[in-house]
Amino acid sequence: MAIADVALSTPLAMQVTPADWPGGYWWHWLFFTIVIIAFVLVMVMGAIYIERRGMGRMQNRLGPNRTGPFGLFQPVADALKVLLKENIVPTTADKIVHWLAPVVAFTPVLLIFAVIPFQNGALLADLNIGILYIVAVSSISTVGVFMAGWGSGNKYSLLGAMRDIAAVVSYEIPLVLAIIGVVIVSGSLSLNQIVNAQDIPYILVQPLGFLLFFIAACAEINRSPFDLTEADSELTAGFHTEYSGMKFAMFYLVEYAEAIAMSAVITTLFLSGWRGPLLPPWLWFILKTLVVFFVMVWTRTVLPRVRIDQLMGLAWKFVFPLALINLFVTAAEVIIWPDVSQWYFVIANIVIGAVLVFLWSRIYKPGLGRIEV
Amino acid sequence: MTTTQELSLITESFVLNMGPAHPSTHGVFRMRATLDGEVIVDIEPIFGYLHRGIEKLMEERTYTGCIPLTDRLDYVNAMNNNFAYCLAVEKLAGVKVPERGEYIRVITAELQRIGNHCLAIGAMLNDAGALGTPFFYLWRQREKIYDLLEMLCGQRLMQNYMRIGGMSQDMPDEFLPALAKFIPQLDSFMNEFDFFLKQNEILYARAKKVGILPKDVAINCSISGPVARASGIKRDLRKDDPYSIYDRFKFDIPTGEIGDCYDRYRVRIEEMRQSTRILEQAIKQVPGGPFRADVPQVIRPPVGEAYAHVEGPKGELGFYVVSDNSIAPYRCHIRSTSLINLTALRQMVRGWKVADLIIIFGSIDITMGEVDR
Repeated sequence: MAIADVALSTPLAMQVTPADWPGGYWWHWLFFTIVIIAFVLVMVMGAIYIERRGMGRMQNRLGPNRTGPFGLFQPVADALKVLLKENIVPTTADKIVHWLAPVVAFTPVLLIFAVIPFQNGALLADLNIGILYIVAVSSISTVGVFMAGWGSGNKYSLLGAMRDIAAVVSYEIPLVLAIIGVVIVSGSLSLNQIVNAQDIPYILVQPLGFLLFFIAACAEINRSPFDLTEADSELTAGFHTEYSGMKFAMFYLVEYAEAIAMSAVITTLFLSGWRGPLLPPWLWFILKTLVVFFVMVWTRTVLPRVRIDQLMGLAWKFVFPLALINLFVTAAEVIIWPDVSQWYFVIANIVIGAVLVFLWSRIYKPGLGRIEV
Repeated sequence: MTTTQELSLITESFVLNMGPAHPSTHGVFRMRATLDGEVIVDIEPIFGYLHRGIEKLMEERTYTGCIPLTDRLDYVNAMNNNFAYCLAVEKLAGVKVPERGEYIRVITAELQRIGNHCLAIGAMLNDAGALGTPFFYLWRQREKIYDLLEMLCGQRLMQNYMRIGGMSQDMPDEFLPALAKFIPQLDSFMNEFDFFLKQNEILYARAKKVGILPKDVAINCSISGPVARASGIKRDLRKDDPYSIYDRFKFDIPTGEIGDCYDRYRVRIEEMRQSTRILEQAIKQVPGGPFRADVPQVIRPPVGEAYAHVEGPKGELGFYVVSDNSIAPYRCHIRSTSLINLTALRQMVRGWKVADLIIIFGSIDITMGEVDR
């Protein structure tokens, strides 16, 4: 049998669908596709609301409060405004690439949610390589960003896209290394099983891993202080300078959907996902995701932006070596004391993490960054 | 290991046109930057997008009628512009300003200096990517200063408050108590603001040793104000050539060490503190009596010329007025601080990156209205 036939006859996800799901694979698939799209859109609206109101509060102002009660309909108004704008394509643009870029950027973000468990077993596909899949899929967005930068025929866009490629290539490695720490402790690549294994949230078992993952995730999705791709004060709007109307709305959606996706991944990997007392599991999941997102809004509000060479320096001189050490320490602990309660790891890892970060931040100096011309 | 030469990779620099409509050019300044990737090889500043011919317009108006035009030079600190112009005309016409008038002048000028530095620091941090948060906090203080100035003359941005020989009107009774209440509040705000930003790692990495202006270059380019003082030049016209009643106040001249962006930022913070010191002393000393000398609306100064300068918030602001015994100045030249401070920009930014260009430009603190006149 040819390989293609195998792939068609038994979709990978079908093999891992929970056995008790009524109606078989296709109903399951349809239900979760709709749920995921609705979830992403609603969460993005919530995220926009939290960001605009939260930033407003932190910046000594009210934030939008005119549309609906407490300004709750502001995201709707935003979306309508953007959608009704004229679609402008610059004459120097590479038309097809310019048109395709928002789609290429948006699709992978939706794909991430395919493997994230909303509650126990409630996910589109319980891939046994779930976390690997996320790492692979989430990087595809960068292609969309680079297409936007190249296809716009604008130097600002190109500079922004170059920065995005540089950031993603650098931060992908510490991101994966931080994940491997979690995988070693939980003993699985499947996100559902990782959550099931978290009797203690891994933010405690892997505090350093969490910190490094958070930094790397922020850099991957271009959240401040690593928002060099957009860098409104430097590159006007970076890669989406030339976008308007619906296509800009897509990029706007990608920005927040990526942030929500990364918050969901952080929730799943480090904050014990849907697990929690009293409230229903899916509500726990959403609450934790929004809390992580709020931390992102918080950092965005209070921190200035780093420079491109400082961004790379942080990746290679700070995050990457610490992630390696963290990986080594975690692996050693698991091998040497396989049967010890994880609470010992919690204490040891918090101490090790704090000492490492303290010492390394003494050693690490951001470079000067000037080049003789 | 193969190097770039061995691969014979050909790289080209390209020209990036920043401005006149760009978020961080503080108006309509235009820079033709030649970039090699992210590195700035060269920039060519282009002025003149806001040229309104103010010097020529002043030849068509009476001496008093010119005062509103000076408001529109550096619209962020109208009072200091009024101050310099009035000093020049008073020198020409031999008018003596009464004591109370001098004190009101000093109070308003120092209030505007604080307001200007609020804007300068806020805009610089905004350019560094702090997304408005410090800006809004400083803006609030500037708003209170405008409230105070509104109390004096009913106008907020372009006060047009000074006249030849004094002020247009006396200050109301409730002004001094309101000012006395404002000063300690500003002091506590400054301490808090300083606490948060003095130890901000990212700001430190972005601004320290970035865009160094050496002392000799600063002197050769005739740089003045906080930019020169940050380079270690202890020069302040309020001390070196005390005009008005500045010789009666005790205050220090803060200077920087190496003249980088961080020093320029620190010097401004310290100058705000020194200005509050001057205000505190001025409140206690304000005498009664007339606020304006008996000068007619239309004056005919004797044939001659006069130059008067003040230490504006941005540096030395001078007015050179020539009289031919008519009701309007024969010629009026403005030594505009912003334009002259901007001449050193090219030497400061070469070899730095695009992001640094923005923060260096922000740290010089210019107003386009004054550059183009």
